[in-house]
Amino acid sequence: MADKPIEGEKRVFMTGNEVVAWAALAAKAEIMYGYPITPQNEIMHYWTRMAPKFGREFLQTEDELSAGFTTAGGVLAGRKAFTATAGPGNTLMQEPMSMAEAMRLPVVVVVQQRGGPSTATVIYSQQEVTMTTMGGNGEGLRVVYSTATHQELFDYTIKAFNTAWKYRFPTFVLGDGYQAKMRESLTIYDPEARGVTLLPAEAYLGKPGTPGVDRPPAQYRNTYNVEEELYEVLQGYFKDYEKMAPEIAEFDAFDTEDADLVVISHGVVSRAAKGAVKELRAAGYKVGYFRPITLRPLPVKELRALGGRTKQFLVAESANGQLARLLKEAAYGCPVEMLPMYKPGVGITTEEVVARVKEIAG
Amino acid sequence: MSVQPAMPKSWRMDTKPHKFCPGCGHGLVLKALGMAIDELGIQDRAVFGCDIGCSLLSWDFFNVDSIQTHHGRTTPVITGLKRANPNLIGIAYMGDGGGYAIGSQHLVNAAARNERITAILVNNTQYGMTGGQMAPTTLPGQKTETTPYGRDPEKTGYPVQGPEMVAAITREGSYVARGTIANLNQLKGYIKKALQNQIEGNGFSFVEVLSACPTNWRTNAEETWNMVEKEMPKFFKVGEIKVPGAGKEGQENG
Ligand code: SF4
Repeated sequence: MADKPIEGEKRVFMTGNEVVAWAALAAKAEIMYGYPITPQNEIMHYWTRMAPKFGREFLQTEDELSAGFTTAGGVLAGRKAFTATAGPGNTLMQEPMSMAEAMRLPVVVVVQQRGGPSTATVIYSQQEVTMTTMGGNGEGLRVVYSTATHQELFDYTIKAFNTAWKYRFPTFVLGDGYQAKMRESLTIYDPEARGVTLLPAEAYLGKPGTPGVDRPPAQYRNTYNVEEELYEVLQGYFKDYEKMAPEIAEFDAFDTEDADLVVISHGVVSRAAKGAVKELRAAGYKVGYFRPITLRPLPVKELRALGGRTKQFLVAESANGQLARLLKEAAYGCPVEMLPMYKPGVGITTEEVVARVKEIAG
Repeated sequence: MSVQPAMPKSWRMDTKPHKFCPGCGHGLVLKALGMAIDELGIQDRAVFGCDIGCSLLSWDFFNVDSIQTHHGRTTPVITGLKRANPNLIGIAYMGDGGGYAIGSQHLVNAAARNERITAILVNNTQYGMTGGQMAPTTLPGQKTETTPYGRDPEKTGYPVQGPEMVAAITREGSYVARGTIANLNQLKGYIKKALQNQIEGNGFSFVEVLSACPTNWRTNAEETWNMVEKEMPKFFKVGEIKVPGAGKEGQENG
């Protein structure tokens, strides 16, 4: 059996789904549970081809409820476990993820967004932002990384396992159908060779010793008898989450210092925004670029600072204001004006962003 | 008069007396399970998963590592756990609503995939925790909160035959039985075989247990036992339905 899936570094040209499978291997994920749904299928296809060569496991489940709950089971057994889904599958995935939040299970989920509502398109959207950040009956106690490039899909899939196991909140990598299906160049690497420490998994259940004899039994519940009991537990979780937030919140920004208008976008749309801001700057417009990489938690401090000194935010997204809603909450009370550029379920080009900014500038 | 038998060694004493209603069947099922765990000596590697419904009250019942899951989702949680660490003995404990209604797809598919887990399903003919609504196992004519004039099979079907269904979709190697709280020794034997079958890695193991819910049945002791011993067996045949290596299916014992 081969030892390491990737020796050193390798320049490759592959689809995003293939990248995710390689990243999970490199992150030492031990088992994937999954259910077919487009556009994430090839993550399973590549995983099932490669996993046996490295002693990793796979289970195809009966639906996404099962995929999520079996992944939780894998984590409880002390394995680095993950699943991948999209669209209506992500809807079903929210139930198991609420249990993962309640029990602080470091489940990793890769979401390749497709159009919504309902079956919609199998192609692309950014319409799973609200659901992925705040889904389930609960308080959004999870981490969501929104990737823009294949390199990031690789980097953040590896990072997701570390974040999940360090802080014990379910962690999502939020991609989309374009990233899933498109081919792009990137460098895949052995994270340990780059000095990245891969955190070990730890069993919740089935540790050595006889419960009640050698150690107390490990017993986890998600039901509480009275309101106050739940309230107490949640206060602890919120405290942990608030402490974690500034440690893990990530963003990318440039040219914001003197900007009158800052284009805010996330994921693959930020590539168009980046190109547009560079082009507009070259043409003398005072525009800036800001992109949250973590959608949950958001880089709130930076956003508020930006919202305090910038006249306008132009929020560009392939959804009808799902990112904008998060930004409005984060920047509440800041004097900045928020302008929409919403194209639900449809891609956004550099030219379109340039045209929209020029239109606003008059 | 017999002496009150000792509690199973695997029971967690500091959570006793348990939280079920007086006269509830759950305590008896969990006693049989506790004895089976003791006799097999698997307290150190058993993992007990309980569903939502009255079964959720068992989350701290044993001195066994335990996980309380969601309504209907114990089968996939224990499946995922067992797949990730086959050395553990996974027990999925659920009610009839969890197993036959909201989680039926999980039961069917875990059985069809021959997952090496043991599922124990408590059949008390209705939803206990939510206040006594019709379940897939409700008897024809039985009054529940959602069938106040009695279950009409024309409109809502007949009681689901769970073990028979599981037996029909599993291959050689699985163990399927229906026990009853009216015969604890036999029930313990079934549960023990179901666990042994998992230990040996043969295949999916399933035990349905005819149980009692005097609270929602609104029955006194005599009426409760009449229901368990006389009414329920009219629709649910007690016995072993599938035994590995038996050569033929349909073996029964009393
Ligand atoms: S409601 Fe019924 S099943 Fe639930 S604990 Fe009480 S008697 Fe048992």
